[in-house]
Amino acid sequence: MISEATFKIWRTHENGDGTFQSFRTGVSEGMVVLDVVHRIQAEQAPDLAVRWNCKAGKCGSCSAEINGTPRLMCMTRLTELNLWEPVTVEPMRTFPPIKDLVTDVSWNFEVKKGITKFTPRPPDEPDGTWRMMQRDVDRVQEFRKCIECFLCQDVCHVLRDHDKHGEFIGPRFFVYTAALEMHPLDVADRVPALKDKVASATATSRNAVRKCVRNTFTSLTTRSFR
Amino acid sequence: MLMSTFSYDVLIIGAGGAGLRAAIEAANSGVSVGLICKSLLGKAHTVMAEGGMAAALANNDDRDSWKVHFADTMRGGQYVNNWRMAELHAKEAPERVRELEAWGAVFDRTPDGRINQRNFGGHRYPRLAHVGDRTGLELIRTLQDHTTYLGVTVHMEHTIVDLILDDGHIAGALGYERKSGNFNVFAAKTVILATGGIGRAYQVTSNSWEGTGDGHALAYRAGAELIDMEFVQFHPTGMVWPLSVKGILVTEGVRGEGGVLKNSEGRRFMFDDIPDNYKPQTAADAEEGWRYTQGDKSARRPPELLTRDHVARCIVREVKEGRGSPHGGVYLDIAWIKEKLSNAEEHIKRKLPSMYHQFKQLADLDITKEPMEVGPTTHYVMGGVRVDADSQMSTIPGLFAAGECASGINGANRLGGNSLSDLIVFGKRAGEYAASWAREHPQPRLDDEAVARAQKAALDPFERGAGGENPYLVQQDLQVTMQNLVGIVRIEGEMQQALEKIAELSARAARVGVCGRRDYHSGWHTALDLRNLLAVSEAVALSALERRESRGGHFRDDYPEKREEFSKINIMVKQVGGAMKVSRVPLPPIPPELQQVIEEQKA
Repeated sequence: MISEATFKIWRTHENGDGTFQSFRTGVSEGMVVLDVVHRIQAEQAPDLAVRWNCKAGKCGSCSAEINGTPRLMCMTRLTELNLWEPVTVEPMRTFPPIKDLVTDVSWNFEVKKGITKFTPRPPDEPDGTWRMMQRDVDRVQEFRKCIECFLCQDVCHVLRDHDKHGEFIGPRFFVYTAALEMHPLDVADRVPALKDKVASATATSRNAVRKCVRNTFTSLTTRSFR
Repeated sequence: MLMSTFSYDVLIIGAGGAGLRAAIEAANSGVSVGLICKSLLGKAHTVMAEGGMAAALANNDDRDSWKVHFADTMRGGQYVNNWRMAELHAKEAPERVRELEAWGAVFDRTPDGRINQRNFGGHRYPRLAHVGDRTGLELIRTLQDHTTYLGVTVHMEHTIVDLILDDGHIAGALGYERKSGNFNVFAAKTVILATGGIGRAYQVTSNSWEGTGDGHALAYRAGAELIDMEFVQFHPTGMVWPLSVKGILVTEGVRGEGGVLKNSEGRRFMFDDIPDNYKPQTAADAEEGWRYTQGDKSARRPPELLTRDHVARCIVREVKEGRGSPHGGVYLDIAWIKEKLSNAEEHIKRKLPSMYHQFKQLADLDITKEPMEVGPTTHYVMGGVRVDADSQMSTIPGLFAAGECASGINGANRLGGNSLSDLIVFGKRAGEYAASWAREHPQPRLDDEAVARAQKAALDPFERGAGGENPYLVQQDLQVTMQNLVGIVRIEGEMQQALEKIAELSARAARVGVCGRRDYHSGWHTALDLRNLLAVSEAVALSALERRESRGGHFRDDYPEKREEFSKINIMVKQVGGAMKVSRVPLPPIPPELQQVIEEQKA
């Protein structure tokens, strides 16, 4: 493995514009892109803004576009990249920029508030508990693996290219709604209220399926929403 | 200076499991609640918890009860736990878990459709409610989504820099918004600290960047008492390779599902050193251990499931004596179960999906085919803010603490699975008692001068600018110091050295400088975190020096045995005249009927 590589990292300026800044930095075996960003932060650019938390692919904070592809920085190993060419790292483009690699994803939290909350049927047993079989929970558990990295929202062209954040909820909340609708205990009906918003997500979900870091879309069929 | 003021009955600092559970309880009781999140909502360190939450639901083994859970927790903690917290925890955890199901959590099921429970180290019966190996994600998402509809005001990506007191009572807090770098003042009748752990004081840790001991340090600086800070849990199985992922957790669930530890000679070394008080409950051979992991109630647990402190030290010994793996760990093998199960590969992927992906993606290793390399990683601090067991209030009126930043339930060593249940049991209690305190007390005066002082101190790094010390480098040096001198195996001379080094680093920290704009400035944030890391590091080193014995997570090479004089006390640190003072406080005496429960379970 080569010992030095060039990373072009998106930097925002005070007026809100941005440009790529090139950094030459040491690299070694086993490193991921987030390690590189941290090294540059510690050695060359202390004010470089990056959002991250667990560095283990479990929290979904460090979403970015690496060489143009939406990825988690903590799960992108340098061995997957061509280090002979500069590697570009830039923020998710679907969301408003805050600074450098950090974007404002608060819209997603607002969307969630508009979805009818989990509403269980009355308990099955006198002690207030329910009975569910593993085969019944398997499917919904698949959806609940989502770590809310919002990369699927980032690649949804309705949001990204047409900026229809007001009208559509995007793939993440398509899956979130599906998880509630398919919950064995849930009795609420969210489909009428969401029909239009979901239709757009259905149309765009193919790209989201491909980008999903947790494969939460694998068992999703659009049929369940028609 | 841009500064806005918010006012709440209950201000909760930290939005992991404990903070969210406290928010739900307080909001449900009708008071106004503000929730401060250092990150985005739902990203807190709780999300990384894997194995499960311990609660004596007795779904998988009807011999289980709160009494057994209580006795297991006390034995795991080597009997320096706060007995009342251990009692409340064991009694209330089942109800807290069932409540999560009513809020939408989807746990794995038993064949008859109830919540399935798995085996874990130190728990006598299968006790951990779980969702594969992503239980923390399920917990945080369930609480987060439930909170969404309760009218709680969430301040995402905010950091609290200081608590503000009025005449010894809590009055509020000063914080900054990461996005803009602007300050916010929060007036509050009560504050609940729910900030988690201190793992970032060490070089190798399973903790996310947030684990900088903020709650510990905020409480300490405000004059509260910290106890048990010498008890740091080093989880036996973290990844050791590649270097950049060193420390990332490998769940105990791997061992619960039949994974075994082997040294470079292929020997299952955990059979070589089984403590006497665990012998009656430990498997005699590999076959019995395997049967236990597969749910055979007549079998006893394999030695890999002994308490974490013991397993971690056994691994250190193997490595030290030259029987380690190439990258300085030992082998954890789950692939071997193919000898027992025809569908082993599929079974492993279903039971341990995150582990499978973690190793596949980060280390190019297929755990269904090859053994993992693992070694100890700083995981959890048993020590924290000294609180009243029932209410979770600290010695400062109106200041509460819950979860990892509070102390008492775990004693000298926490059992796996007891953390998630701790969060929901004591998060709920803190929310409940803070709300009732807020209803009974007026809002104290918020001292403008105190706010101004705290703000000035927080901005000092900008005054020093580029000429100051680099905050990242000071943090790295501190991590190396704690790792090497106050780690798994401790000795007086090294800890003295550590204290000298911490004093030097504190002087350097007082000179750190940053420049540029204040918005989302990671260097500035690191500079402010440093104060907290240094305070908790000093607390760990001082307390560890004072406890001249070995017990639970605290192992002294110069005092390798337990000693009677330390069996009835907690070590406490407190700020006195601007300096950290260490003292010994007696354990609350345990009532005879609970002592009886412990004795009955020793058999």
